[in-house]
Amino acid sequence: MSARLDLTRYKSLAGLLRNPWPQFLIRILALAGFLFTILAGLLGTPVGSHNFAIIFVWIAWWSALKLIFIPFGGRFWCSFCPIPMPGEWLQRGGLLVRGNRTVGLGLPWPRRLTGAWLQASGFLLVGLFAAVTLTTPRVTAWMLLGFLVLALTMDLIFAPRTFCRRLCPIGGFTGLYAQVSPLEVRVKDPQVCATHSPKTCFLACPWGLYPLTLKSNADCGLCLECLRACPSDNIAINLRQWGADLHPGGRRLLAEAFLGLIMLASALVDAAVFLGPWGWLKVAAYSVGSRSWWAFSGGFLLLALVILPAMFILAVWLSARLAHPQLDLRQTLAHRSQVLVPLGLMAWIAFTISFALTKAGTIPSVLSDPLGWGWNLFGMAGQAGTGQVTLLSLTVQAVVLAVGLAWSCRVARRISASLREALPLAVFAFFFNSTMLWLLAA
Amino acid sequence: MLRKENLARLLLASGLLIALVLPFAGRWLQNSLSPHTIELHARIPEDGGWKPEALQATVDQPLRLRLISDDVAHGFALGQMDRLPVDLLPGEVKEITITFDHPGTYTFYCTRWCGPNHWRMRGVIEVNGPIQRPVSGQSVPLWVRLGLDLDAPHPAAVAPESKPAAKRGMALLAELETDGKIYDQDYYRSHAPAQVWQELRAIPSLKDRSDAQLWDVVAAIWQHNTDARSLAEGQKLYAANCAACHGQQGAGDGVFASKPPPDKKASQGMPTGADNPLKAPADFTDSASMLGASPALLQGKILRGGMGTGMPMWGTIFTQEQTWDLVAYLFSFQFEFNLPEAAR
Repeated sequence: MSARLDLTRYKSLAGLLRNPWPQFLIRILALAGFLFTILAGLLGTPVGSHNFAIIFVWIAWWSALKLIFIPFGGRFWCSFCPIPMPGEWLQRGGLLVRGNRTVGLGLPWPRRLTGAWLQASGFLLVGLFAAVTLTTPRVTAWMLLGFLVLALTMDLIFAPRTFCRRLCPIGGFTGLYAQVSPLEVRVKDPQVCATHSPKTCFLACPWGLYPLTLKSNADCGLCLECLRACPSDNIAINLRQWGADLHPGGRRLLAEAFLGLIMLASALVDAAVFLGPWGWLKVAAYSVGSRSWWAFSGGFLLLALVILPAMFILAVWLSARLAHPQLDLRQTLAHRSQVLVPLGLMAWIAFTISFALTKAGTIPSVLSDPLGWGWNLFGMAGQAGTGQVTLLSLTVQAVVLAVGLAWSCRVARRISASLREALPLAVFAFFFNSTMLWLLAA
Repeated sequence: MLRKENLARLLLASGLLIALVLPFAGRWLQNSLSPHTIELHARIPEDGGWKPEALQATVDQPLRLRLISDDVAHGFALGQMDRLPVDLLPGEVKEITITFDHPGTYTFYCTRWCGPNHWRMRGVIEVNGPIQRPVSGQSVPLWVRLGLDLDAPHPAAVAPESKPAAKRGMALLAELETDGKIYDQDYYRSHAPAQVWQELRAIPSLKDRSDAQLWDVVAAIWQHNTDARSLAEGQKLYAANCAACHGQQGAGDGVFASKPPPDKKASQGMPTGADNPLKAPADFTDSASMLGASPALLQGKILRGGMGTGMPMWGTIFTQEQTWDLVAYLFSFQFEFNLPEAAR
């Protein structure tokens, strides 16, 4: 096991993490901001670049998620995401403490619907409408409201955080890439847990996880309820190496490969639509319901569900053939899908560098006039500078993609028995990254 | 513990309340700070055009407008008023104040080619007031006084073989011994070039002159009735308002000329494609029809619009002077003018 630094060793930091108030205050802020965003989308200007809903959701938050939250904190965003909050508070019967009157049936989620299949499909579905959603404040507002209502409804029927774990498309994205994050919740001494009863941490965890068995960051929302509940101070918040969850051991699900491939396809399509020079493609992606949009959707689905999976299956099949001809392809696919994680994350970061850079200049202006009604709260309205995709940003993107390639090759080598076995996976990664670089440079 | 929970609930309720009230409170405050300001939204005509389309104002009382484009770049201008158009970029808010001297109905319109139905993007401001003077330019126009039929075909009985040049015609014009009527502005405005040519042809002292020479004289008469400033102004108006349909070179082949409305929404209920009964925009390079049109007739067409072509009416937008400038410029597609800094 590689080196870890337990942050709870620092008393003041541990105190801060254990105290529910800072997290609660951020949650209030996030929920209030979320409601304001919905209102801004519904009432404010229909011009996306001047509406708080578009700029704050798709430029500020979506970029921060990919550039900061996930690479440094994994599912840290999930710990104060406003969408599941109303349901969670109702289920708990209190905001800070567990109340006597709790709401919700608490039914278990159907077993056959487990895995990341639904989340990946949801992400794909949202992607088909991305050109409209990312530019039309009203659509963004209705989508956010829809998520809020869906999460609340699911919380009333199913166990806590079922929406986050089973349906939230962003949850799928975040969970997948959280595996590389350098922040993890684990137990300090397994022996303490083994002898402790009742399992207070398990009972406290809204995600239904038992910290002792935590092997991956994929499902842990970093809410730190276990840290607060543990009477033995046996929960560690570790800083660790990037990518520590990607290793040869452990059983993995086929859905992870599906999720990883959907994310790769989405990164390619988003780069082509939003950053590419092809006007007809933007029009097709935007004209939801038109013939050209159906063609675009067909192409998108073909790439995500047929072309990329076929290429990856071929790479894995070659890799497996080289090692053990008798290997179960299903299991091998799931296992080798780990190479898709750093590859996808770095591709998304590279995409975001251009996407955020060209639009970040609108943030101060939209803060001053969030609804596009001619306000000037901070004297910065109308100062929207549009950024340029420069040689510098392109160089940074190329470096990010190169890191992604090197990293996924390293993972490929780490989870393969031999270099020969890792080679087809590396070729796949190289092919994907070259396409991504070409799209970004186009 | 209960106290903490109650405090948390209070904080949560306050946070949510602030978020929900903020837009409405801000709106209320904005309206209180600048009362009597009317918000005027611009959208492409397919999505409704100006909203509201009709405004009310009173003479000598400033009308404050908050102009907002909800989609693409538009422009705001007032017909027959000496104001520069205001550019409206998407999502940006512009505030302007207009004070009217005279009562009447004013037309405001979009000045940017925002879409296929751009020219339909108009609205009116009803200005009420005690002084009942008509808005300038509302006197009876010449074509009405002359009883011209704007919709009738006006083929020229004769046409030159090459483009007549005013420069060549000027010397001959100076030599002409006529009763002076050809120098009269009303004569110019009420006669088509072909008519004038026929009258010249009938003068016995000019029987030795070639047909082409007489056409040069006609061009000279047309040039005599305009000047470089008028042509420049005419060219500017043409480029901004006419070229999209009539074409940069006047051939009736502008970017919006041949295209039927792209879809049902853009057609705004009008027939599209093969069913479209609209005639193509006029071709100003076609001498057969242009030389049969008097300046008064062309001005009438500009003022009223229509003719089964989808031509908008400009009478509420251009001043009389502007329409004459435009007419003078239209004839530059037929005649070679040579004026200092002339438009062509």
